[in-house]
Amino acid sequence: MRPEDVLVPTPSGVCCKAGGFHIDPTRPVDRALITHGHSDHARAGHGLVVATQETLDIMRLRYGDNFAGRTQAVRYGETLTIDDVTVSFHPAGHVLGSAQIKVERKGLRVVASGDYKDRPDPTCAPFELVSCDVFITEATFGLPVFRHHDAEGEVDKLLHSVALFPERAHLVGAYSLGKAQRVMAMLRGRGYDRPIHIHGALETITRYYQERGVALGDIELVRGAKKSELAGTITIAPPSAIGDLWSRRFPDPVAAFASGWMRVRARARQRGISLPLVISDHADWDGLTTTIAATGCSEVWVTHGQEDALVHWSRARGLKAQPLDIVGYGDENEHDEIAPEPGGA
Amino acid sequence: MNRFAELLDRLAYEPGRNNKLRLIADYLRTTPDPERGWALAALTGALSFKYAKGGMIRALIAERTDEVLFALSYDYVGDLSETVALMWPAPIPPLQGEGGREAAGWGPEVSGKQTPPGGLRPPPSLTDIVETLSTLGKAQLPGQIARWLDGLDETGRWALLKLLTGALRIGVSARLAKTAAASLGGKPPDEVEVMWPGLTPPYVQLFAWLEGKGDKPASNDPAPFHPPMLAHAIGEPELAVLDAADFVAEWKWDGIRVQAVAGEDDHGHLVTRLYSRTGEDISRSFPDLIEALRRSAAIDGELLIRRDSRIQSFNVLQQRLNRKAVTPKLLAEFPAHLRAYDLLADGGHDLRGHPFIERRKRLEHFVARLNDPRVDLSPLVPFASWPELIAARADPGAAGAGDDAPAVEGVMLKRRDSLYVPGRPTGPWWKWKRDPMTIDAVLMYAQRGHGKRSSFYSDYTFGVWKSVDGEDRLVPVGKAYFGFTDDELKEIDRFVRRHTVERFGPVREVTHDADTGLVLEVAFEGLQRSTRHRSGVAMRFPRVSRLRWDKPPREADRIETLEKMLAQAEHGRAPAAPLLARASNPALA
Repeated sequence: MRPEDVLVPTPSGVCCKAGGFHIDPTRPVDRALITHGHSDHARAGHGLVVATQETLDIMRLRYGDNFAGRTQAVRYGETLTIDDVTVSFHPAGHVLGSAQIKVERKGLRVVASGDYKDRPDPTCAPFELVSCDVFITEATFGLPVFRHHDAEGEVDKLLHSVALFPERAHLVGAYSLGKAQRVMAMLRGRGYDRPIHIHGALETITRYYQERGVALGDIELVRGAKKSELAGTITIAPPSAIGDLWSRRFPDPVAAFASGWMRVRARARQRGISLPLVISDHADWDGLTTTIAATGCSEVWVTHGQEDALVHWSRARGLKAQPLDIVGYGDENEHDEIAPEPGGA
Repeated sequence: MNRFAELLDRLAYEPGRNNKLRLIADYLRTTPDPERGWALAALTGALSFKYAKGGMIRALIAERTDEVLFALSYDYVGDLSETVALMWPAPIPPLQGEGGREAAGWGPEVSGKQTPPGGLRPPPSLTDIVETLSTLGKAQLPGQIARWLDGLDETGRWALLKLLTGALRIGVSARLAKTAAASLGGKPPDEVEVMWPGLTPPYVQLFAWLEGKGDKPASNDPAPFHPPMLAHAIGEPELAVLDAADFVAEWKWDGIRVQAVAGEDDHGHLVTRLYSRTGEDISRSFPDLIEALRRSAAIDGELLIRRDSRIQSFNVLQQRLNRKAVTPKLLAEFPAHLRAYDLLADGGHDLRGHPFIERRKRLEHFVARLNDPRVDLSPLVPFASWPELIAARADPGAAGAGDDAPAVEGVMLKRRDSLYVPGRPTGPWWKWKRDPMTIDAVLMYAQRGHGKRSSFYSDYTFGVWKSVDGEDRLVPVGKAYFGFTDDELKEIDRFVRRHTVERFGPVREVTHDADTGLVLEVAFEGLQRSTRHRSGVAMRFPRVSRLRWDKPPREADRIETLEKMLAQAEHGRAPAAPLLARASNPALA
């Protein structure tokens, strides 16, 4: 039994021939197992989509009711069997509903992690360590310069700035699925109890999080608010809105951005950010390496991001390691462009 | 140190001056002595921190990280201090709660990191660092730096490495830091500036005074800075309401406003200092001038370069200002000169309460007694009526400035009875600058601004026509990001968004062909040759003076216009040079 007899890497995602399904395929297929709702992993147009209920709901909210031929919801820990292949979903700690997918055939266990993080997140189930023989890991932040261990400290930095500049508005760029809601929940966790404003593009997903029982407190659309009313407030918006015409409605806005990329100063400066917040929904270098070690795997496949460093690190520890050339992952960040807000620029 | 590091981090990203002030003031207000004093010293450049070189930092990180991983990381980040700050294998604080490392059943030790014996180190304070460095031997330095790095977070390590390598570069001047300190007690910045030379870090007395808990630090500085008196701008139409008989005029020199102060200390030794307009001590850069000031006084004047008995243009002065190292060659090539126009103190007597005319007499007398070729009087411009002054301003060379005319950038008007009042009082002094040079250029690229302007395309690259291989093309000649009104900014922004042809990150290229495009009238104060600009010229102080919606790009200026202006700037009166050249040509003789 070789790993390829369980899962085969292809340019459009990993494929289980024995079970007749793909995981997070980047082109339409008959049967797709989806790890989470970000658009680079969850695409519309598959015949059957198997995913957690939350991921299915998020896909429906983003793509409409006809995003797939059929759907099948699966619970964390539940086992599905297709011929001699068993499949189970386990929390990945990335965003609401995100899962790692474990595929087992004749005793060989392969885990496709999707995107994951091993840090606390009040908006989703905590990452679960799954033992395996082959671990397919992401590498978005696969360089030892990326460390994001103090998200609370970053939220405190934001709150300190709000206290220091009460006449200005604070605009926080955050990806619309997951990061935005995590920032809201963390603000609540640090005792911030005033209304949090949001850009219209975040409304649907944010309301969905609230429906699923994630406590976010008082969330208000910024649309319609007067400029003077926005002084001293925090508004969360898609990253692309921060330097957009849209931001002109705010009084002397402080441009913040909650992202793991903010760890590197040049990235923050390029975007014209004056308050970078290092808050990431991906594992950092320490998270990636500790996770790989802890799975007990003997082989690592690295899917997207900074593959070279992680492959080098794995090989130096005697693990078999290879980069997978899957086209199209990691684009959620760059393509989180906003649709024009209904009712005004 | 982590708090100071947070301040530096925030300052490095914050573009707005007032916001920087608020950040510094907030830090100083909420940080105890002596930590805040050392921070103020670091911000004002009063601490010389050049302890570590890149090589030492590289050696430290090489001992602790994999070579390949370091190379990949350095390549990605692009800055040594930042790479090391981020990669430094500091112990990870244990995480609490569900989903943390502990809950998942493993701890930091799995990662193979070296946890220092005894667990986490407490972060060093800036005070610890300053005090330790003052006694530490060179051999112990690498080990000490490593221990500090172990105790700091990413931002703390970045700030420490930037401090130790002397490369802070966070866009904060000493003046700005002092202004922030002064704001703690609601004091004018000049008051702190005046006492500054008498203060030493960590400035405990200063803070006590600012917070109303102590007396004003006594200044026994023998050569203190005097906050300068500044002038408002005036134009020809406004002259009509003034009486010419009330005023005297001087040339406005295109150099650097300085204050040269000399006084005797308690031991009878003469202490001499040269201050910039904002009170920064720039004596070390001008030893040639310092040695010329051998008498106790405070002179207000212009720093210029005088060569071959001619005052040189600002372009020449800039060549001296640009050099860091003061070498004998530099001193010989660019001899500093002080052109004096006011005397604030003479032999220990404060003259600021006396009328200008009286001070002027004292000044004339003083300069004559000093009798040094490096210090001379700024001459008065004789005039009996405004039309005479208008004529003098139009042709300084013929009105007495002679060969120094290229260094004249207008005239100053001073009321005969004006006392020397710090700040910018309205009425006693006026500056009437010469008209700026202007060209019509075409907008080529626009970039988004910072801070309040982050949603506007407010930084403009403009070009003029040049013949390239027989074809007219626009070549960029400069950048401007002010001069326009808020309404004009909106208009240009709209133009940029509607005429974008390509995007490069935050930069947009806009349509700029012979028929379609936006012509900007650009005003500027001077031109100089530059190897950094593709066009070969650099403008001084360029700004957008008018939007020429009426003008098609084909009618914008050509590079030859700029070259002609440059020749004029370099040779003073422009027509002289070509005529002379022709006369000496034997074929024509």
